[in-house]
Amino acid sequence: MPTRTVAVGSASGLHARPAKIFVEAAAAAPVKVTIRVGDKKPVPAKSMLSVLALGAKQGTEVTLEAEGDGAEQTLSDLAALLATDLDASDG
Amino acid sequence: MAEVVSLSGIGVCAGVAAGPLLRIADVPALPPMVAVTDAEAEVARASSALAEVVTFLERRADRATDETVAEVLRAEAMMAGDEALLDGVREHVEEGADAVHAVSLAFGAFRESFEAAGGYLAERVADLDDLRNRAVAVLLGQPMPGIPQPGHPFVLAAKDLAPADTADLDPAQVLALVTEVGGPTSHTAILARALGLPAVVSCPGVLAIAEGTLVLVDGATGRVDAGIDQVAAEAAVRGAAEVAAAAAALTGPGQTSDGYGVKLLANVGSAKNVPAADEVHAEGVGLFRTELLFLDRTREPGLDEQVEAYREVFSAMAGRRVVIRTLDAGADKPLPFLNQEGEPNPALGVRGLRIARQRPDVLTTQLAAIAEARAQTGADVWVMAPMVSTITEAATFAAAVHEAGLPRAGVMIEVPAAALRARDLLGVVDFLSIGTNDLSQYTFAADRMCGALADLLDPWQPALLQLIGICGEAGRAAGKPVGVCGEAAADAALAPILVGLGVTSLSMSPRALPAVRAALAGVTEADCRRLAELAVAAPDAATARKAAIG
Repeated sequence: MPTRTVAVGSASGLHARPAKIFVEAAAAAPVKVTIRVGDKKPVPAKSMLSVLALGAKQGTEVTLEAEGDGAEQTLSDLAALLATDLDASDG
Repeated sequence: MAEVVSLSGIGVCAGVAAGPLLRIADVPALPPMVAVTDAEAEVARASSALAEVVTFLERRADRATDETVAEVLRAEAMMAGDEALLDGVREHVEEGADAVHAVSLAFGAFRESFEAAGGYLAERVADLDDLRNRAVAVLLGQPMPGIPQPGHPFVLAAKDLAPADTADLDPAQVLALVTEVGGPTSHTAILARALGLPAVVSCPGVLAIAEGTLVLVDGATGRVDAGIDQVAAEAAVRGAAEVAAAAAALTGPGQTSDGYGVKLLANVGSAKNVPAADEVHAEGVGLFRTELLFLDRTREPGLDEQVEAYREVFSAMAGRRVVIRTLDAGADKPLPFLNQEGEPNPALGVRGLRIARQRPDVLTTQLAAIAEARAQTGADVWVMAPMVSTITEAATFAAAVHEAGLPRAGVMIEVPAAALRARDLLGVVDFLSIGTNDLSQYTFAADRMCGALADLLDPWQPALLQLIGICGEAGRAAGKPVGVCGEAAADAALAPILVGLGVTSLSMSPRALPAVRAALAGVTEADCRRLAELAVAAPDAATARKAAIG
């Protein structure tokens, strides 16, 4: 199954605004995506509460996983989003 | 025309306002669990309640004028509509829980993981509780808890308000506060004053007034008139505004009519309060409360974060005096990172400076941050410690302040032991600042949150004034400043008496400052001394007030 591991780029971690942007993008994706930290249980990337509960900080490595048509592209897009500092995105 | 009903409470923030009364709904209590016969129906009920919460939050977000507020509300809406949450609800229903309990348990699971993650997420636990309470209220057919958002100005009534509720108030929408319980020196009252909202506490019967009834609130006298007509209400509000405008027209440093100077300072919690202080021409800050930075934190704020927060206030007050108080936690202001649970009587426990007995590092870091912020701004920074009881404590604190490179060290007078030894204290520190709220509480053994004992917490109590007089005399003898930064300083009628007792500065919520300035301008220094003698000699607070005001 295609996966991507990426370090969270946002200054405040995967919280508040960055989490909301990521979750919205994941919800709009054509395939079901999961996200996990290390070996912990993967959770749905489109669940705001589950993503917040990961407690991922800036620099925490998270792994995305998805299967199906467009999985590779979706994972690349979401990984790029995670690597960006979303706290700084609109100044 | 409905009959006018007059209620009376304790006025804690002067001002007159009229508007429809709306109540804050209580947090719903969970009823006993009922047996579930149709699991699917139960999940559907929970799902539709959560959907209602989502709709409510989205509608509020659409209405919010502030973009940040709107974004926070949308994020909350996303949480309430989260699929993972509904999955959790379903699991609990399948295990036999009814909709209300399943919702509560599902939120509880996320609450636990948020708390376990610590830091930022632990601070978001309150959001989850808010969502849970809303969903539970919907399921029980009750109004959602929290401050009403009717979209028009109103008078807010409640049994009591948590500081978090009052901090969240929109002063443009809330015209006045009336609570059934609560004391005049509770933090709710203090926050109401900071927001400049007319407020009455300890007002029995206010919760019996029908929602939407037009009420007239007088925050000076504590009178609440329900069922008054629009014309009379408007006339009363207009008359009060004219009196306030006359006081506000007076500017300049505080002084009596014969030119005896009394510094008029502002109480602030952060740089956000400084514009209000400027508006009333405050001569500086007499009490910069630093605990706002620490409240609700699971970890102590770091040195840099503290430097930044202090620097903001120091820069905004450049060239003026800023008296900053070191962390005043404990008792009614518990701090999660200090792990203070389990004290049998927190008001008599480890609070204020006493925290340094267990955690000297917290004080050292704070003093280092204050020194750094001062170095960067060049403000006239004075530092004082809360809850000092002995000369040894004061001397140790002063040494730590000087060690940190800060020139002025002072202590708060909040317990009778300190007031009685004011002269000795001034032998080791540069100034005193009297916290009348706590000094009342400890002198009369009356909890400041206890509305039923409000008469004992009256700042006109002669015994309290006598203790203030001991401090004032000590200040005169030593030639050192003695301020009052408790709520008594905001009482315009009391100001001349405090000055007569030897107090050299008064620090208060900015809103109260114009009236205090006007009161002092109307008396001579000799008047102040004479009034002070009368008040101290009075047998009780009511007589003291009467002797001074006439």
